[in-house]
Amino acid sequence: MSLLSVRDLTVKFAMRENTVTALNGISFDVAKGERLGIVGESGAGKSITGFALMNLLSRPGFIDSGQIMFEGEDVVGMNDKQLRGMRGNRMAMIFQDPMVTLNPVLTIGQQMIETLMAHRKLSREEARQIAIVKLREVYIPSPEDRLDQYPHELSGGMRQRIIIAIALLLDPQLIIADEPTTALDVTIQADIMELLLELCQSNQVGLILITHDLGVVSQMTERTLVMYAGRIIESGRTREIINDPQHPYTQGLINALPQQTLPGQRLKQIPGNMPSLTNIPPGCPFNPRCEYATDLCRSRIPEISHFGEVEVACHEVQRLQSNDARQEAKA
Amino acid sequence: MSTESLNPTAEPSRWTKIWNSNMGYSFRKNPVAVVSMIIFLMIAVAAFFAPLIAPYDPYDPASIDIMNSEYPPFWVDGSLPDFSLGTDDQGRDLWSTILYGTRLSLLIGVCAVALQAFLGISIGLIAGYVGGRLDSLLMRLADIQLSFSTLMVAIIFLAVTQAMFGSETFNQYAVFFLIAVIGVAEWPQYARTVRATVLAEKKKEYVDSARVLGFGPGRIMVRHILPNSLSPIFVISTVQVANAIISEASLSFLGLGMPPSQPSLGSLISSGFDYIFSGSWWITVIPGVILVVLVLVINLLGDWMRDVLNPKLYKG
Repeated sequence: MSLLSVRDLTVKFAMRENTVTALNGISFDVAKGERLGIVGESGAGKSITGFALMNLLSRPGFIDSGQIMFEGEDVVGMNDKQLRGMRGNRMAMIFQDPMVTLNPVLTIGQQMIETLMAHRKLSREEARQIAIVKLREVYIPSPEDRLDQYPHELSGGMRQRIIIAIALLLDPQLIIADEPTTALDVTIQADIMELLLELCQSNQVGLILITHDLGVVSQMTERTLVMYAGRIIESGRTREIINDPQHPYTQGLINALPQQTLPGQRLKQIPGNMPSLTNIPPGCPFNPRCEYATDLCRSRIPEISHFGEVEVACHEVQRLQSNDARQEAKA
Repeated sequence: MSTESLNPTAEPSRWTKIWNSNMGYSFRKNPVAVVSMIIFLMIAVAAFFAPLIAPYDPYDPASIDIMNSEYPPFWVDGSLPDFSLGTDDQGRDLWSTILYGTRLSLLIGVCAVALQAFLGISIGLIAGYVGGRLDSLLMRLADIQLSFSTLMVAIIFLAVTQAMFGSETFNQYAVFFLIAVIGVAEWPQYARTVRATVLAEKKKEYVDSARVLGFGPGRIMVRHILPNSLSPIFVISTVQVANAIISEASLSFLGLGMPPSQPSLGSLISSGFDYIFSGSWWITVIPGVILVVLVLVINLLGDWMRDVLNPKLYKG
């Protein structure tokens, strides 16, 4: 049985008169200890997915339909008490900007001890000991002293380590990391990612890594979902998706990486912008930006088709593949 | 390399920390704040220790002699050396009466503000955090409350209670009635300020992360949002204490507050007012000056605090 199983999750936002669909029937699974990457442009619905998994969408967003089975329980149907018992305890979340995710007026120790005591029957002293152990696990030097410091006394990388320690405090089964290193500089980013990877592997914790950085995804995850305009358009093993992307959008993303371009050349952008949720074109949402688009693409939403272990939502995949084959043959 | 080696000295005490903090620094650099604080502390300490300082007990009828009434203060001809600031119309030593009166005024001011703060902060927190219909309902209640002036509400309430309980009982419990009415009449000030801050704070990510960690709404409100909303609360608290003291004085002046047997500054001013044209100006003027100074220094301290805590002027 998988740890997390999402089926046909649809999230909508109530606007003044109508609703817009932010997530459109997405389905995926995360096995125990598996690391899943979710990539896509801004506004593709990545963060919304993370919040929906925690059932933490605040108005005007709401889960319209679908199922989120986490350890055999449906998160969508949980009441507030059950949700509080799950959040932080069995499913934890790491946010983007460590400068603002810690409460500025509480010391690190207060925040960690409070979290522990909210979920477990522990004395203050026991909680403190656990907090020290967890801080040590994330390589915080002299953790005893750090506990009495305020967040503003620590650097960004240090704070993100502490946030990871807080996420791991209660030994959750799943961590959702929403762009955990976007606000940090590149060297610290690498450290934090390495730490996260190490902790997930050693504790057999599942990880959902939400990011727009394909490089990070390729290092960190075993499977990847590519999202576009609230849908999953491609999913499969990370290595296959990175090395042999099927969907034209994924191909565009990979081609846009600076590594794909010789110095001095312009980066290969995908032309156009992602459509706004209020104005999604009919048919495949990617069709206005897709160089292979046909009339079929402009009228019908593509079904998911299987290619080996990769699932792709594109009408033209087969033609593209034969094209590829022809080009390769030519070369 | 541990932090101990960098900081060989012992952990500084709490007091030193406050003294060296930004707030302590700006306090030291601001002469108005320092002078105000000194005057305020002097008045507060004198009022608090009134029974020890005052030469007479103005509440004890045995120590009052009507024959001593209306002696002027010491710098006016015809004063008695026993009564440094003169006596009032009933023959009470004015200095002792002012000390006791200031104590009452401060007590009522602080307690009324504590009540206001309790009501206003709870309502503001809930309105801001929960939002939606409850927010609208509570804020409309606040609007309705604000559309009655404090004095009007207080006058009606106190007049009715006075009529209901009779002036004997009323006089006995006047302190509590005054605290209740001033406290209840002004809660919207707090509620509005707190709600506005909560609306800003609850969008911050630390609130999301608290929710993600599985904290309940009560805990998030009290433990996470409230401590981050304290600076405006401090600022309005000072202004509100000054306001409450003025309200109490006004009500007492109108005869609806403290009885003449237990005068606050307001009732003392009021009782002297009848004699102001017969030459005994000091019964009104001296407590009046004390009242003005007290309110002024509190307001000046509030001003200073607003400047220090204003995030637009100072970013911590």
